[in-house]
Amino acid sequence: MLNIISAAMRVIEIPMLALQRRLGINRLAWAFLLPNLILFGLFAFLPVILNVFYAMTGGDNVLLADRPQVGARNFATLLDCQNYLDVNSCREDKFWRAVWNTIWFVILQVGFMVGFALLTAIVLNRDIRARGFFRSVFFFPVLLSPVVVALIWKWILQREGVLNAFLDWTGVGGINWLVDANWAFGWSVFISVWAHMGFYTLILLAGLQAIPRDVYEAAMMDRASAWRTFRRITMPLLAPTMLVVLILALIKGVQTFDEVYAFTGGGPGTATTFIIQYIYEEGFAGAPRLFGLAAAASLLVAGVLVVLTLIQLRLSRNNVDG
Amino acid sequence: MKKTILTTTAMVAGLGMVAGAASAQEVRFMCYSDGNECEVYDDLANRFEADNPGVDVIVDVVPYQAILENLPVQLAAGTGPDLAKVTDLGGLNEYYLDLTPHVDADYWDSAFGETLNWYRVGDRQGIYGMHSQLTITGPFVNATLFEQAGVEMPGEGATWDDWATAASAVAAGTDADFPMAMDRSGHRVAGPAISYGAKYFTEDGVGSFEGFDAFAEAFVGWNEDGTMARDVWASQGGSTYADAAQEFINGEVVFYYSGSWQVGRMDEQVGDFFDWQVVGSPCGPAGPCSGMPGGAGIVGFEGTENPEAVAAFIDFLAQEDVYAEATARTRNLPAHLGVAAAGVEFQDVSAAAQGALNGFAGALPDVSPIAFAYQGYAGNRAMYGITVERVSQAIVGELSVSDAMDRAASDLEAAMAEAQ
Repeated sequence: MLNIISAAMRVIEIPMLALQRRLGINRLAWAFLLPNLILFGLFAFLPVILNVFYAMTGGDNVLLADRPQVGARNFATLLDCQNYLDVNSCREDKFWRAVWNTIWFVILQVGFMVGFALLTAIVLNRDIRARGFFRSVFFFPVLLSPVVVALIWKWILQREGVLNAFLDWTGVGGINWLVDANWAFGWSVFISVWAHMGFYTLILLAGLQAIPRDVYEAAMMDRASAWRTFRRITMPLLAPTMLVVLILALIKGVQTFDEVYAFTGGGPGTATTFIIQYIYEEGFAGAPRLFGLAAAASLLVAGVLVVLTLIQLRLSRNNVDG
Repeated sequence: MKKTILTTTAMVAGLGMVAGAASAQEVRFMCYSDGNECEVYDDLANRFEADNPGVDVIVDVVPYQAILENLPVQLAAGTGPDLAKVTDLGGLNEYYLDLTPHVDADYWDSAFGETLNWYRVGDRQGIYGMHSQLTITGPFVNATLFEQAGVEMPGEGATWDDWATAASAVAAGTDADFPMAMDRSGHRVAGPAISYGAKYFTEDGVGSFEGFDAFAEAFVGWNEDGTMARDVWASQGGSTYADAAQEFINGEVVFYYSGSWQVGRMDEQVGDFFDWQVVGSPCGPAGPCSGMPGGAGIVGFEGTENPEAVAAFIDFLAQEDVYAEATARTRNLPAHLGVAAAGVEFQDVSAAAQGALNGFAGALPDVSPIAFAYQGYAGNRAMYGITVERVSQAIVGELSVSDAMDRAASDLEAAMAEAQ
């Protein structure tokens, strides 16, 4: 086997040596990076550049060459508001409804999700019976497709769904969950937490298991209470993992689309329309297709995501350095 | 031996040329079905191919959503099919192949009359599409529930208010969950809105929501007081389509406003569960008792490499005998005036469905000219979407009716500015 590998290496060595002689050893690195750079350029960098160009154009033509240049007009349309807290005073009120819905959704979803994930991770880190089974149970929803998640919960929550059948049976009486704006929003948060919590629980569990046991043993010998141990040992040592979880959850929260779109379609009205759905509807589902406005909105979202990512990188670096 | 090899080579080369010629005449037809349309067109395409050796019509069956969302992008990118069954009749005009040089224009004018205009926009006044499936919106009524409740069904000339009162009385007297329901669609509300005074156009012929507020006020009120099934319009966001056909089939709705394309589904799924019938569109305060025409048509695209073959196939489908057969087999209302005049014996339908289709056909003369013009207006899809979004917001209380109408007007202005 080793002979085969070394023979193969000798075959590869011939063109590599020729390439090294031609480019020099320093520039050879670029030759290795080239395939990845081409793929990244084509499928990541080029679309971003095209998106910037689209954001500066108007009309409903698809081809960039057929689209009139409008400068920053699309951004001006999106940002034209007398009072950003009152969406009805904004020219593009649907955009600001989506922005505020997204902000509230992210606050509630990330808050509940990280809180529950931490609680679950702490419980699963203990020597409880059937620990492996419960770890699987909490992780299972992460494996489901977002559309499947949405359809399962839609069947449960629709007017004649499972939950209302149960409530009718108990005599409480059903509620039209998906027609009431507050309930629909609340359930969207709940479903999102249910679907994604397992992933973050797993990360936090890994963080908890990385905390040396002797620190806890020392605390026990000092007769520290469980709460004090949690506050003074677990939380500080879990903080780096917690930060990563928080930032990842924030980014994922801002990007929420498929699950909620399949669940409520963004309704009732615009109660569960989030920013990515707004972009999708303006650019692809509505008529005329406002690619420019959608591209401008997506750049604004990208800006927010870049800021969140930079914060994550900075915090990660601080943790590594510190 | 040498001769055999030469002969074989010549035959292979000949077959290759034939195959090449055949593939050169390959025509791809993007088709969606409400029922069995694509199946029937595939069958008719086989007959066309037999009469036209060398032309290969491939029917690509796609979901309706693909026609709405993917086809326009494909056409803009120059990668569209050769022909398709479309519902955005005027909206895709810039891509249509003008069939005029390839067909008998006089025959087409006499056969399809007014519907040809639905495919025309601005200076492009050729023959672009064969309206394969004429539809008209109107109400389905659960006659059994009326009978059980002992309420008399409103007769000819009844208004929306009459029907709302009667349907509410029926729902109160039976187990029906909803007196009325209407599909969540800007197209569906157009007929009733015209009955309430919606003009849909300015004097210059530009799209407008002038006069729409009276219907919006009534419709939002019905959703608030439970006359109308709130689930249909309020449980969705954006301009997403939703219908209440299943609720009607389940016997939960007394009066369901949808359209002629639902007849097949009702016939198949209601069975003898209850008696249902189609009644004419109710009248409104402004007078007309109008439904909204619509439907789908088959169009060729300029980007095709085989314009003659595409035009020949559409022309074949437009011939009276072929059209009549397709109409009977697909159980749709005919847009071909000759076929309509001769009457259609629909295949495999019950007496109820035959009566319903005749009922819808009988409602066609009541369709307001505004409705016909609106159906052919290139900006109608934008207006449908805006209607659904803003009226839904008024229903769920995000906007007042007047604010919703103001927003609808400004949305339309912005959409038209972009579309220009």
